[in-house]
Amino acid sequence: MTSAVPGTLAALLCFLSLTAGAPGAFAQQPTLQPADATKPQGQTTEIKIGYLRAYAPRLTLSLLDAPPRDEGVAGANVAIGDNNTTGRFIKQQFTLDVTEIKPEADAVQAFDDLIAKGDRYVVADLSAKQLLSIADIARDKGVLIFNVGATDDSLREEDCRINVFHIAPTRSMLADALAQYLMVKKWPNWALLYGSHEQDHLYADALRRAATRFGGQIVVEKEFKDTGTARRTDTGATQIQQQISVFTQDLPEHDVLLVADESEVFGTYVPYRTWTPRLVAGTAGLVASSWHPASEQWGGIQMQSRFLKATGRRMLSKDMSAWTAVRAIGEATTRTNGDDPKKISDYIRSEDFSVAAFKGQKLTFRKWNLQLRQPILLGDTKSVVSTSPQEGYLHQVSELDTLGIDQPETKCVLK
Amino acid sequence: MQRRACVLAILATGTLAGPAAAYTAYVSNEKDNTMTVVDTATMQVVKTVDVGQRPRGITISHDGKFIYLCASDDNMIQIIDTATLQVVGTLPSGDDPELFVLSPDGKTLYVANENDNLVTAIDVDSKEIKTEIPVGVEPEGMAVSPDGKTMVNTSETTSMAHFIDTESHEVTDNVLVDTRPRFAAFKPDGSQIWVSAEVGGSVSVIDNAKRQVVKKIRFAIPGLRAETIQPVGIVISADGKKAYVALGPANHVAVINTESYEVEKYILVGQRVWHLDFTPDHKTLITTNGNSNDITFIDTATDEPVQSVTVGQQPWGVVISPQ
Repeated sequence: MTSAVPGTLAALLCFLSLTAGAPGAFAQQPTLQPADATKPQGQTTEIKIGYLRAYAPRLTLSLLDAPPRDEGVAGANVAIGDNNTTGRFIKQQFTLDVTEIKPEADAVQAFDDLIAKGDRYVVADLSAKQLLSIADIARDKGVLIFNVGATDDSLREEDCRINVFHIAPTRSMLADALAQYLMVKKWPNWALLYGSHEQDHLYADALRRAATRFGGQIVVEKEFKDTGTARRTDTGATQIQQQISVFTQDLPEHDVLLVADESEVFGTYVPYRTWTPRLVAGTAGLVASSWHPASEQWGGIQMQSRFLKATGRRMLSKDMSAWTAVRAIGEATTRTNGDDPKKISDYIRSEDFSVAAFKGQKLTFRKWNLQLRQPILLGDTKSVVSTSPQEGYLHQVSELDTLGIDQPETKCVLK
Repeated sequence: MQRRACVLAILATGTLAGPAAAYTAYVSNEKDNTMTVVDTATMQVVKTVDVGQRPRGITISHDGKFIYLCASDDNMIQIIDTATLQVVGTLPSGDDPELFVLSPDGKTLYVANENDNLVTAIDVDSKEIKTEIPVGVEPEGMAVSPDGKTMVNTSETTSMAHFIDTESHEVTDNVLVDTRPRFAAFKPDGSQIWVSAEVGGSVSVIDNAKRQVVKKIRFAIPGLRAETIQPVGIVISADGKKAYVALGPANHVAVINTESYEVEKYILVGQRVWHLDFTPDHKTLITTNGNSNDITFIDTATDEPVQSVTVGQQPWGVVISPQ
């Protein structure tokens, strides 16, 4: 089932433009002129971006981690505003069309509905399975997808597609970013605690791979079974403190306790409750992510202020991914002066494309699997601790390619 | 001709070795809310002045009597009397002023309001906002043509140089440049505008008559990753022959021949070099180095760094008195 998010201005604008008879928008020929002669000419080109999102309210171990209702969508909306400020000078108008489905629901119908409205670019915050179910339909209809939600390496490897651009970093990029830092700090011995759900296993896999790659030692592994009892309760704090302490009692000597708990079953409860005093990293403690609400370097303070002013809350990683996705579309339409998805796709995959996202350097796509190269921030609850790649991890193409699966190892054949 | 240049160079060096003309440099320190006052002859800090929050853009009235300083987090511009070094007034600036430029007649300050996507024109005498001009996302770089007729603003996320008619206050042309344009500088003859792109790593040279990019200059420093080369501040010599570009975290200033567009030299300065300014005789160039908390003096005859002087925390901009 699908439902439009009520109250977002962009959705409303989109609806209005639809009722005003938008089919003409795509019949319009992009005006060809040198990219740097940007005097407005002719009619305004409308660029309609769809946003397909799997959403259901979700319990988190900490109240502070409860996802905002508009997580991701808010970032896309701010980018639509930015694109339109630029678009004013070159007669381009961007709209966002948000559709939500349930996390386990069939995505095809909702996707078809977006396409029927004329959207040729779709920002997807979906599970890997949902994203795969629409990828080929999108390709056959000439639609480009920008993945901002799924971190699965498989989507960039065996399941990669020529029309799916990945803005969200992969689990292997996140794990590598963390591993580089731990090695630079000379904390090479790790104990790995992982949850019992599929995504926890995938993140644990990424951490194991990172250990092998950068010389870390996983001295012990332990699975924390989800028995449904560790959730927040009125009297839970004491029990949890004892439970984690006992769970970590028999671990051999280690420098850092790695936690892989994407499912929010126990990870948040690990720091300060362990048997021996140890640093915690992974999905708790020191966390690798594509953005941090306290990042203010490289002009980031401007992004943070703009986002706060527009939304009344701090900017999270998914907001940044969605912002970057919509900005990448905007950047390509500005530079090519057109809205033909084929041309946009060619341009984004060319040497000329880059997008700036307040990370200290330009971001480009890996041509072999269409993953966005990006520095990864390592932060705790309050501040950015470091940014990877770490100094000294060299690469013949881009140091950003020391994060995640690199071209020589890729299983991706774009089709 | 060659010999004459040599003699001149020797003379210039001789002059520097002797008592150099004394000017005063004013440096805005973004992180500790101060302005450092430096004697350019002795290369010593004379005084540190408390100013508003997050001081960034800094310029001086053409008669040298007043400093104008963007206090970004106070959302205003402070006026500082250079005789007393006291804050004697403020100008309304709009939200989050970052960089500005004073018109050649000294009557109007054009300010980039980074958070509001506006350029604000302020009447310096009446201290009133004359107009607000909508531009691209995150406006920053500001320049006015020598004849005062054209103002150029660069917007960082939009990646454009906006040309604004100073009579009508209309945006007349928009020129796309590389990603995250930070700064714009007119050549002294007004024929070109040079625009730096921090993330794009280039400088675009725009022909002022055609309003088109005629040349893109890129940089390469042996042993440095391309991503660390992030051009920001630009100054062009009075004779228009040399341009100096601050390369940010690359810790170097590039010296560019403006006829061949070749980079002739990279001068090593402090860490994260941001902005620069000439002394009025153009014999010395001073750079602000944000991460090493110092400024570097460069001898423009030899293009060699002469000395670095510690100032406040995260020096951002520098302006040197005209007298």
